[in-house]
Amino acid sequence: MLMNLFKFKGGVKPPTNKTQSVTLPIAVAPIPSRLVVPLHQSIGGTPRPVVQAGDQVLKGQLIGEADGWISAAIHAPTSGTVVEVAMHVQPHPSGLDAMCVVIAPDGRDEWIAHQPFDYANAAPEAVREYLQQSGVVGLGGAVFPTHGKLTPSKTVPMEELVINGAECEPFITCDDLLMRERAEEVVRGIGIFRDLLQPKKVLIGIEDNKPEAAAAMRAAVDALGEPFSVIQVPTLYPAGGAKQLIRVLTGKEVPAAKRSTDLGVQCFNVATAYTAWRAISHGEPVVSRLVTVTGNVHAPRNYEVLIGTPMDELLQLATPHPDTDGIIMGGPMMGFLVPDRQVPVIKATNCLIAHDDRLFPPKPPEMPCIRCGSCAQACPHELQPFEMYWFSRAKNFGKTQEYHIFDCIECGCCSFVCPSRIPLVQYFRFAKSEIWAREREKNAADGAKTRFEFKQVREEREKAEKAEKLAKAAAAQAAKKAAEAAAAAAAGEPVAEGAAAVEPVAPEATPVPVAVDPEKAAKMATIQAAMERAKAQREAAQPKNTEALKATQQKEIDEIEARRQAAHLTEATPAAPAGEKTE
Amino acid sequence: MEIVLAIAIMALGAVVLGAALGFASIKFKVEGDPLIEKIEAILPQTQCGQCGYPGCKPYAEAIANGDEINKCPPGGTEGVQRLADLLGREVKPLNAEEKPKQIAIIDEQTCIGCTLCIQACPVDAIVGAAKQMHTIVAPLCTGCELCLPPCPVECIRMEPIAENIDNWKWKYPVVEIKAAALKEAA
Repeated sequence: MLMNLFKFKGGVKPPTNKTQSVTLPIAVAPIPSRLVVPLHQSIGGTPRPVVQAGDQVLKGQLIGEADGWISAAIHAPTSGTVVEVAMHVQPHPSGLDAMCVVIAPDGRDEWIAHQPFDYANAAPEAVREYLQQSGVVGLGGAVFPTHGKLTPSKTVPMEELVINGAECEPFITCDDLLMRERAEEVVRGIGIFRDLLQPKKVLIGIEDNKPEAAAAMRAAVDALGEPFSVIQVPTLYPAGGAKQLIRVLTGKEVPAAKRSTDLGVQCFNVATAYTAWRAISHGEPVVSRLVTVTGNVHAPRNYEVLIGTPMDELLQLATPHPDTDGIIMGGPMMGFLVPDRQVPVIKATNCLIAHDDRLFPPKPPEMPCIRCGSCAQACPHELQPFEMYWFSRAKNFGKTQEYHIFDCIECGCCSFVCPSRIPLVQYFRFAKSEIWAREREKNAADGAKTRFEFKQVREEREKAEKAEKLAKAAAAQAAKKAAEAAAAAAAGEPVAEGAAAVEPVAPEATPVPVAVDPEKAAKMATIQAAMERAKAQREAAQPKNTEALKATQQKEIDEIEARRQAAHLTEATPAAPAGEKTE
Repeated sequence: MEIVLAIAIMALGAVVLGAALGFASIKFKVEGDPLIEKIEAILPQTQCGQCGYPGCKPYAEAIANGDEINKCPPGGTEGVQRLADLLGREVKPLNAEEKPKQIAIIDEQTCIGCTLCIQACPVDAIVGAAKQMHTIVAPLCTGCELCLPPCPVECIRMEPIAENIDNWKWKYPVVEIKAAALKEAA
């Protein structure tokens, strides 16, 4: 099929080093001695562990529950016993620890009960949720949860669905082998994405150094009668970058601070399509992936590896040469030396390269920038790396943002061509993470400020409310006293019978304080009332309510006393009452 | 005659421009002092009072009125630097020890639920109620240490924020010549 292809600016052609690992078919790696499955393997929220040490798990059993919409579930890669849920070192440049579920395999590799998803009768929403529950994430390396990309935009019609089989980075061949051997399942997976997104066209981009993969994909597309176009794109690093591949296939350039979906394009990796199909048609969550094991080894090859396999054990399968001094995860352009050989394979691990000084000679020291501009010519995003380098180095982060440092995809083309061997990407990563850290601090400071101001306002309000309450209480007290006094005044003589007598008289007395100057009257009444109270107290020195009792009242009292005594006896705690009784 | 005309023209110009300036000064009046806001934006908003003022805003006002710029330990040397850049003043060493970022942690076994720390916290980062256990909402804690003195049972301690994968930062690239020299020296 002839199609007009476009070009992206820049790019480099490093030696591809792919032929070593494509000679042998995909092999299934044996179950390792133990599996360390990190919970946070995708962009977004960290899944919550739902197992604990000692639990028996089956292959495909949920062990980490997705936390929020942009997050994907984690499953046990094989059957066995959970040894611990603990912090372990991660395949991350920091070499820091994160929460992992450690599983001791029982060797049976026994699947949990699973059945195909009823795709034909499921609503798109249900399919997306199912993919999230199955832990399907972008396997091209960015590990963005796939279901999050499968919601069509309401405003922009979906024009093209781009499937990324370019695999531009040297050494890596896992997508190549996947397309060669499992093309049909990849194409069926693409069919699911097509159903959910309803694009006008589906374009499968494969670099022209993988003719076998392209042929296999074409055959599968034809066999399934799908209207997908399989397009071979020129081999040029980084043609496999999402924005670059979109540019090559559709001619659309994704502007800074916009997403491809804003232009009606969405992009998925072939391996993602494959895992989506496995999840839908077999009910198998993502528990393994293809990993290229290459570099300084005897038998470079692609393996189907359980997530959580220690990298060292995997590397041993390809028998590394004795001078191997490290493992690179990813390719030589964007990968990094893992901090520890025991770190696990995760969903983002597409390639392990055994590192030695022959393959990757140590870089000679950095020289000053001569402003030759090679980096600007090589940059596939048309940035100016030499300017960004200058400002990153000087820690002038505002300026680096003016030069659009956040459009940098860290592909490494600039460092690759730099005649002064400046590690440009490292400077950009440093600048980016500093800017992010400052952003976080700024947000925290703003939050603290708002809360502090709110607290001050609240304290003021509480003070005011308290004062108001006190004033009200005082007023109420005064009014009450006034009423009492007025009542007393109206009654003329103090009520010797007790407080009960005041009540019926009070209503009659109320007009009195209203009639005269209320304040004065209240004051007078208060004094009056105080005097009356004092008098009453004097008169009522001894209780008066037990004298002159009627016979019925006396009887009632006796009855109550009798009941009390009975209660004391039944409770068998007669200490004090008993004493009273004997007296 | 001409001289009168010239004077009239100049006078008219003066009146028109004066009116325009007067209108602008009312229409585009700046509310508050923008300098104070700029200073406050640099201050870390811990509200800790280590500068001797009751909060970051009063200190920002004091700086605008000529107070020293090196009284904010949570802002660190970098904060002093940024204040110096903003105000065109000389960078001074911090007048206290610079501490790593930390947060308060309540030992919940010891807490008696007195609510004194809740009242002391300037940013409402402690939750709890009378005779109920209190706890610190870690993401909101600014590490100001104001909750330490009121606690009658000393159950609050400060802990530096540990590095994790989420807050980890790429290091400044090391110039390799120096590293090689150091290795040789060792």
